[in-house]
Amino acid sequence: MKFGVVVFPGVNCDRDCRDAVTAVTGQPVEFIWHQETSVEGFDALVLPGGFSYGDYLRPGAIARFSPVMAAIGAFARRGGLVIGICNGFQMLTEAGLLPGALLKNAGTKYVCRYLHLRAESSETPFTCAMEKGRLLHMPIGHGDGNYQADRETLGRLEDADRIAFRYVDGDGRATAEANPNGSVSNIAGIVNEGRNVMGMMPHPDRSFDRILGSEDGRLVFQSMIGALSRV
Amino acid sequence: MKVTVIVTLKPTVLDPQGNAIQRNLETAGISGVTDVRQGKYFEVEVSDAVGASERRVLIERLARDVLTNPVIESYRIEWE
Repeated sequence: MKFGVVVFPGVNCDRDCRDAVTAVTGQPVEFIWHQETSVEGFDALVLPGGFSYGDYLRPGAIARFSPVMAAIGAFARRGGLVIGICNGFQMLTEAGLLPGALLKNAGTKYVCRYLHLRAESSETPFTCAMEKGRLLHMPIGHGDGNYQADRETLGRLEDADRIAFRYVDGDGRATAEANPNGSVSNIAGIVNEGRNVMGMMPHPDRSFDRILGSEDGRLVFQSMIGALSRV
Repeated sequence: MKVTVIVTLKPTVLDPQGNAIQRNLETAGISGVTDVRQGKYFEVEVSDAVGASERRVLIERLARDVLTNPVIESYRIEWE
């Protein structure tokens, strides 16, 4: 299984993602420069976090027009696994590969801290190694993580079990206090209709080893490798 | 030729930046302002070599596909 980490100018979690995938899956990982026009030979792609193109215009808005994005779109439509973390999530919504949008945090502040997530579905290739309801300790670091979508889209996400993670408190309750950015319905991560594309604001790539404060992020990459080896 | 594109958040979308400005106006000695919505303003220069109808298409594309996220924003073009 070969993983690709897509590198855009201004992202800063590309190496974290490579290290996380390497440590957790033991599979080969290669960087893919944003000017590439093909993602041939890769089994899964990671869109890392950071500040692509300085977050100018809107986070992810300029990265969306990078040459590699057309190839990623085609890869996703063929059913290839794509995970977007933080800025990667923003790129996927801007590119229309995931519904909704990520707005400025409701509290206007950049929020960088550990928090709790609840796995809302184990029926995705990114969460299949977790039981539904499982709590995860993971860090966030973003200024634009306020997920919003119209009511119809939210209904579709909910009905089709496409909400992957919600922000919760330590007891697993999705309260307003546990919501760091104002996201509708405490949403922290979603999958597309085909369930092969996931975006999440929290960082599994920063929580794959106990020395980082948590190793709960491992479950995301373990899920992916589990799903890939079942194909 | 110069064209102006104004991008605003849709009325239903929360604007934390606009709210922060509005909430703190009293400290600037400005009272009576009940709402502020922050948007974006783009001055776009188009080459004179581009014909009028082509220019229209190009600016529409720029405004719709690049400058605006249709999920949360709408745009207005001011032709000069």
